[in-house]
Amino acid sequence: MLRVDIKKQLGEFMLEAAFASEGRVTGLFGASGAGKTSLINMIAGLLRPDRGVIALDGEILDDTANGVHVPPHRRRIGYVFQDARLFPHMNVAQNLDYGRRMNGLADDAAQQKRVTDLLDIGHLLDRRPGKLSGGERQRVALGRALLSKPRLLLLDEPLGSLDEGRKVEILPYLVRLRDEANVPMVYVSHDAGEMRQLATQVVMLKRGRVMAFGGIEVLPGG
Amino acid sequence: MSEITSAEWTAILLSLRVAMIATLVATPFGIALAFLLARRDFWGKSILDAMVHLPLVLPPVVTGYLLLLALGRRGFVGAWLAENLGIVFAFRWTGAALACGVMSFPLLVRPIRLSIEAVDRRLEQAASTLGAAPWRVFATVTLPLALPGILAGMVLGFAKAIGEFGATITFVANIPGETQTISSAIYSLIQTPDGDAAAMRLVLVSIVIATVALIASEWFARRATQRLHGN
Repeated sequence: MLRVDIKKQLGEFMLEAAFASEGRVTGLFGASGAGKTSLINMIAGLLRPDRGVIALDGEILDDTANGVHVPPHRRRIGYVFQDARLFPHMNVAQNLDYGRRMNGLADDAAQQKRVTDLLDIGHLLDRRPGKLSGGERQRVALGRALLSKPRLLLLDEPLGSLDEGRKVEILPYLVRLRDEANVPMVYVSHDAGEMRQLATQVVMLKRGRVMAFGGIEVLPGG
Repeated sequence: MSEITSAEWTAILLSLRVAMIATLVATPFGIALAFLLARRDFWGKSILDAMVHLPLVLPPVVTGYLLLLALGRRGFVGAWLAENLGIVFAFRWTGAALACGVMSFPLLVRPIRLSIEAVDRRLEQAASTLGAAPWRVFATVTLPLALPGILAGMVLGFAKAIGEFGATITFVANIPGETQTISSAIYSLIQTPDGDAAAMRLVLVSIVIATVALIASEWFARRATQRLHGN
């Protein structure tokens, strides 16, 4: 379970979000500038809340009242960024293996095969990130995050940098990920259509406030 | 033009050794300092920055004389080092390496600092979410991506060190076989009657070394840039 109850001053407005989510995919929905990315950066530990608590499965990750802040590298929370952020000096295989190495996990060939099959990236292993298409890059970034064996996977508009055709190409992988990978996810998007296909619970943000929280029926236009 | 004499070889090899040791010893300090200046904010940062650049703007003779005052046998640091650790810099080749290291340090640090500043911090964030502690982020992401600048800084520092004259001759004098580098050998030869031919040979050697260093740095930089763009 992910529990968030934080306050953070962001430029002109105050981000105030409180929710507790048990869903397999928690959707953070809202227009750009609503505070979605700041919120998941706080869940990842890349940004510190001004006040409040963040807890995952009962473990406190942030608690400003008691001066608790677990740094990102100890959270075991995977993060897929909008811009993939693959390491340019490593090939795909080295990128995929990075999280395992950094966490000191044993080599798990079966798991690696499952993930590369799930995302269809087995044929890209020798390539450099510069030689990949946008969609391939995003799939490798997903695989890289999954193979670090996270307790929670954050996805910040992973389709945001792709054109419509590519989005349709990636979306089925995300659905498979939700149904097969067995890792709870927080999915950020401003696209109600994507949300409807992926999310099991939705947090609707507007200018830093939670406007609605519930199933996908809270999404507009549904 | 006749062959290079053994005395000239001695000066050439000594120059190479002095410049190489100066560069290799200075590089880790240079990387650490470049990282501090590129990534951290602390009290006295601009003073530290100015201190690093001082050898670039001070007359080399002044830097050499300051080294002599501090690290000469009767200098406040030099006396202590000699007495307690048995380390002597004055009139030794190690002193020449120290003088060259100090003089070339600003040229070494600058490209490294610029290349660390150019490393995309979002990649470092990605590494930390994958479980890398800060020092491992540095070792596996920042450092490899800053490699072109590090190599450029090393080549630039080496080139400066091999040509250094003023601070070296002031600090450790001009002793053949111990502290007489190519530059100070040329200086002595020019003042010697009939020294012109020998001076010219050393001048040519200097040009060759500098050219090779430049070509090597270009080559490293091109390879490393390819790495950086993920091709």
